[in-house]
Amino acid sequence: MRRSRRNQKITCEKHVADITQHLLDQIATACNSNQTLSIKAGGSKAFMGRPIQADCQLDLSGHSGIVSYHPVELVMTARAGTPLVELEAALAEHNQMLAFEPPRFAGRGTLGGTLATNLSGPSRPWWGSIRDHILGVNLINGFAERLRFGGQVMKNVAGYDLSRLQAGAFGALGVMTEISFKVSPQPAALRTLKFHLSESEAIEQMNYFASQPKPLSAAYWQSGVLYVRLAGAASAVDTTAKHWGGDEIGTPEATAIWQTLQDQQLAIFNASTLWRFSVRSNAPSLNLNGDTLINWGGAERWVAADAELAEMAQVAETAGGQVSLYRGGDRKGEVLHPMVPELQRLQQRIKQAVDPKGIFNPGRGYSWL
Amino acid sequence: MESIAIQESRSSIRRRLAKQFSAFIDPHFVVSDQETLRPYECDGLSAYCEEALLVVLPDTVAQAQKVLKICHREGVPVVARGAGTGLSAGAMPHAEGVVLSMAKFNRVLEIDIAARAARVQPGVRNIAISEAAAEFGFYYAPDPSSQIACTIGGNVAENSGGVHCLKYGLTVHNLLSIQFLTMEGELITLGGEALDSYGMDLMALLTGSEGLLGLVTEVRVKLLPKPERAQVVMAGFATVSEAGDAVGKIIAEGIIPAGLEMMDSFAIQAAEDFARAGYPLDAKALLLCEVDGTHEEVDEHVATVVTIFKNLGATSVRVSQNEDERARLWAGRKSAFPAVGRISPDYYCMDGTIPRSQLTRVLLAMEEMSEHYNLRVANVFHAGDGNLHPLILFDANVPGELERTEEFGGKILELCVEVGGCITGEHGVGYEKLRQMPAQFTDAELEQFHRVKRAFDAKTLLNPGKGIPTLRSCQEYRSLNMNLMPNAQVASQPENNLREARG
Repeated sequence: MRRSRRNQKITCEKHVADITQHLLDQIATACNSNQTLSIKAGGSKAFMGRPIQADCQLDLSGHSGIVSYHPVELVMTARAGTPLVELEAALAEHNQMLAFEPPRFAGRGTLGGTLATNLSGPSRPWWGSIRDHILGVNLINGFAERLRFGGQVMKNVAGYDLSRLQAGAFGALGVMTEISFKVSPQPAALRTLKFHLSESEAIEQMNYFASQPKPLSAAYWQSGVLYVRLAGAASAVDTTAKHWGGDEIGTPEATAIWQTLQDQQLAIFNASTLWRFSVRSNAPSLNLNGDTLINWGGAERWVAADAELAEMAQVAETAGGQVSLYRGGDRKGEVLHPMVPELQRLQQRIKQAVDPKGIFNPGRGYSWL
Repeated sequence: MESIAIQESRSSIRRRLAKQFSAFIDPHFVVSDQETLRPYECDGLSAYCEEALLVVLPDTVAQAQKVLKICHREGVPVVARGAGTGLSAGAMPHAEGVVLSMAKFNRVLEIDIAARAARVQPGVRNIAISEAAAEFGFYYAPDPSSQIACTIGGNVAENSGGVHCLKYGLTVHNLLSIQFLTMEGELITLGGEALDSYGMDLMALLTGSEGLLGLVTEVRVKLLPKPERAQVVMAGFATVSEAGDAVGKIIAEGIIPAGLEMMDSFAIQAAEDFARAGYPLDAKALLLCEVDGTHEEVDEHVATVVTIFKNLGATSVRVSQNEDERARLWAGRKSAFPAVGRISPDYYCMDGTIPRSQLTRVLLAMEEMSEHYNLRVANVFHAGDGNLHPLILFDANVPGELERTEEFGGKILELCVEVGGCITGEHGVGYEKLRQMPAQFTDAELEQFHRVKRAFDAKTLLNPGKGIPTLRSCQEYRSLNMNLMPNAQVASQPENNLREARG
């Protein structure tokens, strides 16, 4: 093998398996026989993106395990098929966490799928998205070459950033085998406050809170109630809670509230047609006729409504952002925000540069990619 | 005879292009005489110089677009330039190409306080964004040392960091949208007013691409509320490894400092002579740890940091009591480069990154190399994020010393890769570090970069000869360095991991 992986410490012994060579063989075969591959690990995100009919399935669920973890470096490297819950368990032993709070989908969500779909939870506006935490990836491209971009250090500007590029690519740019990412210490203290507010009042209030230099780490609104989470040094959290007012929620209940939101287990996430808007945090109410949840301090809005993508795209653009048909509805057409032709062509050329035969997940994100 | 013919054709191309550009740009800003071209011949790394064919300073996006379209049609290389503060010769002109200076794009277009964002032109200086937002209590977080001069367009091109990036991230983490021109002159907007958008993340790809993929014409950045308070704890240590342990201990306590800097005795001495910051001259290593946040949080964390430093045997500990004192403590660190410049005719600044746990090993190896090459080194280290800046002192007037310095520098970078780091943390590859790229990347990886480059710029006219080396030059490099193994993993030390595991 070209690269030595000698003496690497493995901190987690659960489901540890390196099937890189097997993946490489499968990809080389697909490459030589002009077959397409659909990439899958936990299968938790089958409902997202577009359904595709590939010639073969490339299963990464067996490609699992933490490769290295250095708590003091705040860096972890794991195989792409590792379930998020396994990463979190290893981190918790050192009072650390995945600060991007990804949905874990009942334990099935994996690291690779989370990056490919760029999914991040309630803390995202303050602690960053999964993309923001990425330091490097090992990738197999459409030439069946093993490549490595980025690294395990916080700063690395050598070469183009083909690691963070993967965020939101829905696997179109090859198979990620290993991912290195930044981890964070758990906050010393947490407190959750509740306010009874209308949608417009809540949007205003969330943005007001976010403009203060206070330890805010999450803010979401639904059905007339705004929940705000403070996280940080105990003294700072306590003083801010006192100052901001609202009704305080006890720890067990608060933990449940935020986990239910993070894991997308609220009723709205099972709606027959669910739209996800990523917009300017202070954009006014989208005024759509449907059940609404506002997350990310106003920057992420979920709406359950029957509608056309084009119509929703216009609403999103007015609010300074984009939209996707997250779940349900008609998934045969496009489900992600439309792109201007210049940008679409550029994305296609990059796809060509990495996967010229179009082996990986054809049409999974966009029909034309 | 042949060289005369080339000279003539160069000047005739120059005249022809100058005429074309002057049709839509004020001729004062189409520079073709040698005297006015001179200031553009290098960036902050003056060891590498080249005279541009032309320098052009457009005023509007439409003008810049026209320049690119003409150059694309004529097959003329284009090198974009901001303030020229780069440290890797990334903005060094191409002898047959046009330097496209974005200096006139210097307007802050919008401070959107309600949405906590600023929309600016690429030639706006980094610090000017924070200055424009200050009256509202906001600031732009990334603060490279050159922030009073460097521009946001250049920051995007280099993915600049700064002393606060462990806590607040790099440029790539603080952007909302980029508008850019392709070499063909297509105007494309990435991102928007929201936190993310759909499709592969081209904004991440553009950030740090060193002007090889596109010309940035507008940027929307995040603004953060200014922390209520910031305080610096300074500590001197008798050994570098004790200081390194202290860094690890702070992180293990769950504190992410706003800034965490280390200097070795040579750098301490130079900075103190220069800035009179009050640094302990008897210390072998100095740590500056800044914590920020609410008043209560800062009180709590300062107390913890002071305790850690004292428990780990710091020879001196001092906490800034007011803003003046905080500024003075930072002044020494921020002036470390010029301070070192004063005690040596020339210095060469390296920019490798390493895992923090490898610090002692790397510093010791560097000491040995310093003796071997008979060149002194001062070390300034962004300890929080593992970015090492060894400053090699030399005298360019001594024959052979520059070459020895370059070789020494190259060895340092290879060492960084060997221990699990990389050849550049924030200065970029530019022209300077092309030679070390094969230490970090395989031929297949470099070829992948070239294919991505051609997806944006099929004729490879944007900043050619920078960033990514040709495979042929890599083969030459590898044949001279037989033991080189790109991305070789570090043999991890079990005892280190155990120590970490115990926190």
